[in-house]
Amino acid sequence: MGKFILDGQEIGFKPGQTIIEAAKEVGVDIPHFCWHPSLSVSGNCRVCLVEVEKMPKLAIACATQASEGMVVHTESTKALSARQAVMEFLLINHPLDCPICDEAGECKLQDYTFSHSVGESRFTEEKQHKEKRVPLGPHVMFDGDRCISCSRCIRFCDEIAGESELTFVNRGDRVTIQTFPGKELKNPYSLCVTDICPVGALTNRDFRFKARVWDMSNTSSVCPGCSRGCNVDVWVRSNEILRLTPRENEEVNNVWMCDEGRLNTWKHVNAGDRVDGPQIRRGEGLSKATWDEIYSKASAELHGFTANEIAFIGSARSTVEDNHLLAKLANHLHCKNIDFPRHIVPGSGDKILRKEDKTPNSAGALAAGISPVKDGLAFEEIMTAVKSHKIKALVVVEEDIAAMDEKYATALKQLQLLVVLASNFNATTELAHIVIPAATWTEKNGVFINFEGRAQRIRPAVATEQMDRSLDGFSMSRLDKFGTKFDRWGNYKKYDARPVWRIFLDLGHLLGLKAKFEFAEDVWEDFTKHSPGFHGITYDELGEMGLTVKKNYI
Amino acid sequence: MAVKKRMKDFTLMEKIYLPSIVAGLSITLQNMFKPKYTMEYPEVKFMPSGHYRGRPVLVQEEDGGERCVACGLCSRVCPALAIDIQAAETEREKERYPERFEINMLRCIFCGLCEEVCPEEAIVMSKEYEIAFTNRQDAIYGKDKLLTPIADLQERIEFLRNNK
Repeated sequence: MGKFILDGQEIGFKPGQTIIEAAKEVGVDIPHFCWHPSLSVSGNCRVCLVEVEKMPKLAIACATQASEGMVVHTESTKALSARQAVMEFLLINHPLDCPICDEAGECKLQDYTFSHSVGESRFTEEKQHKEKRVPLGPHVMFDGDRCISCSRCIRFCDEIAGESELTFVNRGDRVTIQTFPGKELKNPYSLCVTDICPVGALTNRDFRFKARVWDMSNTSSVCPGCSRGCNVDVWVRSNEILRLTPRENEEVNNVWMCDEGRLNTWKHVNAGDRVDGPQIRRGEGLSKATWDEIYSKASAELHGFTANEIAFIGSARSTVEDNHLLAKLANHLHCKNIDFPRHIVPGSGDKILRKEDKTPNSAGALAAGISPVKDGLAFEEIMTAVKSHKIKALVVVEEDIAAMDEKYATALKQLQLLVVLASNFNATTELAHIVIPAATWTEKNGVFINFEGRAQRIRPAVATEQMDRSLDGFSMSRLDKFGTKFDRWGNYKKYDARPVWRIFLDLGHLLGLKAKFEFAEDVWEDFTKHSPGFHGITYDELGEMGLTVKKNYI
Repeated sequence: MAVKKRMKDFTLMEKIYLPSIVAGLSITLQNMFKPKYTMEYPEVKFMPSGHYRGRPVLVQEEDGGERCVACGLCSRVCPALAIDIQAAETEREKERYPERFEINMLRCIFCGLCEEVCPEEAIVMSKEYEIAFTNRQDAIYGKDKLLTPIADLQERIEFLRNNK
């Protein structure tokens, strides 16, 4: 490891590292637009120009390899004036439309203009105009005026997504970005270009104009779209999720995530078909009941069956905590028929991030003990037994079994008791005798364990009726902090739903289960006590990034 | 202890009060014959000039559309969090517009920061000062109450331009 001098301070570098990389490791941020740690170096924005002693001209820090004894100045008069000149050039054709632009507030060009430019423009001529509002693909909108031609998006498609879809066309100040003839920007990771675009040239069509970034709170969580468990930020305003963005975690998803996860994993949280409060079947339809009513009804009815007539269906979409309490309850009732359905979609995975297992927590469900006990029935067998009247009572957690297969739907109609824990009304709740509203993955604390055995925390971003944003430690935006119930934006809809583990805890108490948990963290602690691979791992240790547990334990 | 002569000790002339009373009465008498400045509100309305900061309103262009592009700066700068905006896309050249624009007049403190920060000269302080309501919901003014034809706001806009 060599050493060189950066702004009078000696720092180390690994062979082959560029100046910008070495500086980043010691926490010095050299301004950059086109350079991205996960992409190749293109060196076309020129904003990272630094002065290197004994070099005839200024050098770009992103493409100049650090070498022994080099003396680099990032704040010298020469470097500063070059940087200011580059900023002035970049702003020549960039429109002053920040008020309209969605990137405002998280825009690199805005930030650098503030910190690295002279503050005024000498350009009085007409700005170059290009095409605006060009849909590059199903999810991404392009604004040619705003583009600063850094080529990050082009390199992303070529290098990360592996599908060349974008390219530069024209030359000079007319240069713009287009898809190749006959192609669209529709690779499975296309929305990542909106994250890496340093300006507002590429925007997410699903999120456009929905909210200002400073009005939203962001919560660290984990995408439930597949067993990869990409780290995400959940962006919420007025208790409504507006977008997901990937959160950096080199061990899991780097800085990327797929469009499927980004767009389709949270729409149900805001949807109109949420189960709001417990429902009980009276005659034909479901009608609202109190929590006490459904707990006592469900426990009384479950009492009426022998252990062999009952089956529990857990879910790999629920957290470890949820499944842990389900397993605890089943064990308490001596019920051996406990399993969860798999959602493997062959061919839907790839070598980048996406996995074929479309649930976030299969490993966690198994670790929590959601698998048939000796002589117990597995999922398919349970459904067959339901059909043949051997199983008379079924408890289903967050799974829409009726929609999975026609034959399951007909089988479920045979049941004497069907208790469904669901967040939204679906085909299974149609057949249920008792529907208990379950909190979604954005409304509870918990842990998902991904395919590699990495345990990662999810955190509540949307408040349910029982929660309060400040008391329950939510991430809060300015609006959340100062809103009152008299403000329209402070008086938002909260659903009456509870985390699955709490539902089973309360139900378990009526069935004689002796367990006392206050928070999800307590359930996790109980789980770690009973699971060798997880001994002593606390929520704090999992932190933002999670921990990989040795595979042989799960 | 020696008795100190204090500044506020009255002189003989002051002690007998009469000269002061006469002086006061003479001012009253003089003013009885001067023109009156008292305004008999509400029979007579106060018409402020362009400098006055009445309730904030949205500028409505001659074509009926709003100038506002829903950038959210007024909402961000508002020290009382009175302004709530929901942006949406339009087909017009300025592709963003406020689908919902609400000012909670119970929160508004008439500071005029929204007007100052507006990059589009789209929200200005009007001359309107008669703002009364009987419940909290009525205090939230939507676009229907806020949009004001630009012709009615000329004086304020000129004032702003002259006093940048």
